[in-house]
Amino acid sequence: MNKYLLYPGCSMESSAKAYMESLNAIMEPLDLHFEEIADWNCCGATEYLGINLIPAYSLIARNLALASKQMNGTRTVVAPCSACYLNLAKADYYMQERPSLGEKVNEALEAGGLQYKPGTLDVRHLIDILVYDIGLDTIRSKVTHPLHGLKIVPYMGCMLPRPDYQNRWSDHEHPTELDDLLRALGADVIDYPLTTSCCGGHMTQIGPETAFELIRRLVADADERGAHLMATVCPMCQMNIDAYQNEMNHFFDTHYHMPILFFTQLMGLAFGKEPDELGIGVELVSSRNALANIGAEVPITQEPTAKRKKDEGLPMPRRWTKREAGKEAVK
Amino acid sequence: MPHMTDERVRAGLAHEEDLSLLHEVSMKTAGVSHLEMCIQCGTCGGSCPAAMDMDHTPRMLFAMLRAGMRDEVLRSNTPWICVSCYHCVVRCPQEVHIADVMYTLKGMAIQAKLYRDSTAPHFSQTFVDMVETFGRSYELGLASRHYLRHFLLRLPSMMPMGFGMITKGRMSILPKKIKHMDQLKKILNRAKQLELTS
Repeated sequence: MNKYLLYPGCSMESSAKAYMESLNAIMEPLDLHFEEIADWNCCGATEYLGINLIPAYSLIARNLALASKQMNGTRTVVAPCSACYLNLAKADYYMQERPSLGEKVNEALEAGGLQYKPGTLDVRHLIDILVYDIGLDTIRSKVTHPLHGLKIVPYMGCMLPRPDYQNRWSDHEHPTELDDLLRALGADVIDYPLTTSCCGGHMTQIGPETAFELIRRLVADADERGAHLMATVCPMCQMNIDAYQNEMNHFFDTHYHMPILFFTQLMGLAFGKEPDELGIGVELVSSRNALANIGAEVPITQEPTAKRKKDEGLPMPRRWTKREAGKEAVK
Repeated sequence: MPHMTDERVRAGLAHEEDLSLLHEVSMKTAGVSHLEMCIQCGTCGGSCPAAMDMDHTPRMLFAMLRAGMRDEVLRSNTPWICVSCYHCVVRCPQEVHIADVMYTLKGMAIQAKLYRDSTAPHFSQTFVDMVETFGRSYELGLASRHYLRHFLLRLPSMMPMGFGMITKGRMSILPKKIKHMDQLKKILNRAKQLELTS
């Protein structure tokens, strides 16, 4: 039995709930058992750290403190979201590297009757435990429907392999854990040099031009390499590439259609689960045609379109395009 | 004040170095920042996927910190454009915690009210407001408040996406709240007091 503490993170309950559903679906075949940290709170993503220091680290550390109370035969906390993983790992590491930070954070925790001794827990990402604890051989042995013929680019994203405080990954710039895992599922894995390039993170919200260019690079390169779809390990990457692809296409006047699925959804398919058990079909860039290559049938869902009639009648705000962005910048 | 040496004149340093800003930023950064160790090699800017949109590359910003150019640094858009991808961090030969220094500079710019564009600070603050109220992130509240305030022009093209996210159950209408919100509030209030005194 493989038992871990789980820090799901906010997006697993909303924008990335397909990630959670597919994780639930593969737990039984892999004999994985998770105990959710009771009453966990948001890790602050990349926002709180930019406002102040001690409150930001105290927010993260409350989760570590709660988890350390819950240790029961395991000291490993698993985070499926790369940003949550990084924040938890970072707080644990910096509280040790700079003891004065650790002391202040503990003083704040005390106000809530909690404490955390840095180094008590081992913070790891979901793919880390799948590849290194469960192992590729076990995963391979559970495959009943190999993904032969499905061309996938493995997209690791940036916050998972970097900065890598505990030296967990095969490489910081081109780690191959996701490649190996997808290959174990029988997929045609395409070498993807951009595997750890950034998806834009929160820039889709605050500087869309910057984000669209980063998304375009990733999607265009995956497309040129003939990928049917991208595989991701992070809710933020999935959100940016899936939900903003339409807007990115408008911005550059391109017509890319590059679905992106969580690696757990692909594992589920290879283990013989049905697409609707795995949250497949809720992506905005439909994976229907891509998955037809392996004969998986995706429930039909309507794709949102942003078609607009020709400009006539009263002047209305127009769609955000590269031209508009230029004008905004001048203003 | 000591006379400037020939080397200092050649290096273009117009006045005696004042390292207080550099030290201040370094001390306010989580972990041991190594900021003082920067050798101005430029690996950071060369590795940055968003450098094209920055006022200054990280290397130049660190040179400005060393030169004590407080206002110019805090007005720069560089920390706000940083996407926290940590490419520069793993490549830096001096192991400067570059991304964390950027977080520190954002916080300092907000306090000094010296940022040029309010979009990013408002987004961070709105996100933090949601977390301080509910203990969880609340995407619908965050997105609607932020887009109405800063991206009215983008709304028409955002509607299908927002609609898709809601109908596919990927964005909840109501926020989720943690049970022990009182405990979290106590912790954060104490942390804010500590922040002021440190």
